[in-house]
Amino acid sequence: MENKKHIYRKLFACTFYLSAFTFGGGFVIVPLMKKKFVDDLKWIEENEMLNLAAIAQSSPGAVAVNAAILLGHRIAGISGALVTISGTVLPPLITLSVISLFYAAFRDNIVVNAILKGMQAGVAAVIADVVLNLGSNVLKEKDMVSAIIMAGAFIATFFLKINVIYIILACGCIGAAKILIQMKKTQKDGEAQ
Amino acid sequence: MTLIKLFWSFFQIGLFSIGGGMAAMPLIQNQVVNLHQWLTLTEFTDLITIAEMTPGPIAINSATFVGIRIAGIPGAIIATIGCILPSCAIVSLLAWLYFKYKELTLVQGILSGLRPTIVALIASAGLSIFILAVWGEGGFSMNPQAINLVSVLLFSSALFILRKWKPNPIFVMLGSGIIGGAIYLII
Repeated sequence: MENKKHIYRKLFACTFYLSAFTFGGGFVIVPLMKKKFVDDLKWIEENEMLNLAAIAQSSPGAVAVNAAILLGHRIAGISGALVTISGTVLPPLITLSVISLFYAAFRDNIVVNAILKGMQAGVAAVIADVVLNLGSNVLKEKDMVSAIIMAGAFIATFFLKINVIYIILACGCIGAAKILIQMKKTQKDGEAQ
Repeated sequence: MTLIKLFWSFFQIGLFSIGGGMAAMPLIQNQVVNLHQWLTLTEFTDLITIAEMTPGPIAINSATFVGIRIAGIPGAIIATIGCILPSCAIVSLLAWLYFKYKELTLVQGILSGLRPTIVALIASAGLSIFILAVWGEGGFSMNPQAINLVSVLLFSSALFILRKWKPNPIFVMLGSGIIGGAIYLII
């Protein structure tokens, strides 16, 4: 029981502060979650984190909230999901409530703007670090299809600005096709012998 | 009545904004500015600016901002709940399917195609932020004068520190905010 309480508290604290520092929303939170829950706490594996991120991205709603629901559910069931939802939603709820009261002053504040500008570079560095780790792990699999999917998906989203939903659908189909072809092949080899 | 309208509006925003982030923006504008006139277009633009400057998903930020203006704190809470309810239901369903069927070979194949995709999406999001930090709102350009040297310096030292000592990323972000902020204010 004590242990469970500890997990809930940890889940809430982690999602609360990840959400409080995730500027720009969307995908920025995934590398931070990966660092916290995969590298630091070792509660889930890297592949599982990427699977959950794919589900979060394919579902409607904010990616950060979806990812938090999935993580909470995976680690501590329904009550875990409730804990991570509140952890993720509270920081923007509080921040925006305060800011909406005097937003003109906030928007034009030089100090706030300078700090936010400085943080952009730091956020970019954190994401670059995670991309280097994840990308080299994908390449280490020595699987041509994975490498091509990674490069193709990057071009499709960054340069061609194709809707992420179509990219996810297409890459999921490619993965499924690859497995089906492999299965056919082993079947044929089996028959030939 | 207002609370119910708020709830229903943001429920629809939550339900139909697939892909997250900026994908939700036109939906929010349609509900909040066009259909219900809760905000003027100028206020809506301010909202987007604030949402981008502050942490948190844009849909949640808008729900809080609009809710508080229309019906105070209860409005903010109701709008936020409306916004996340569809995600909760659909994500839970997908999670259940995932945990039930993830051992199937076909599902394994689909997931093996999705993992490199997610890495690419993260890389793309990171590159956009990098370009914003180094070149500003104007985007990438070949002109060396358009490059923000402070950002380049902050980025490279932050990345070096992250690779070398693997510190908690929150400290790296806060540190680059404080150091960068100080430099920008001095020069």
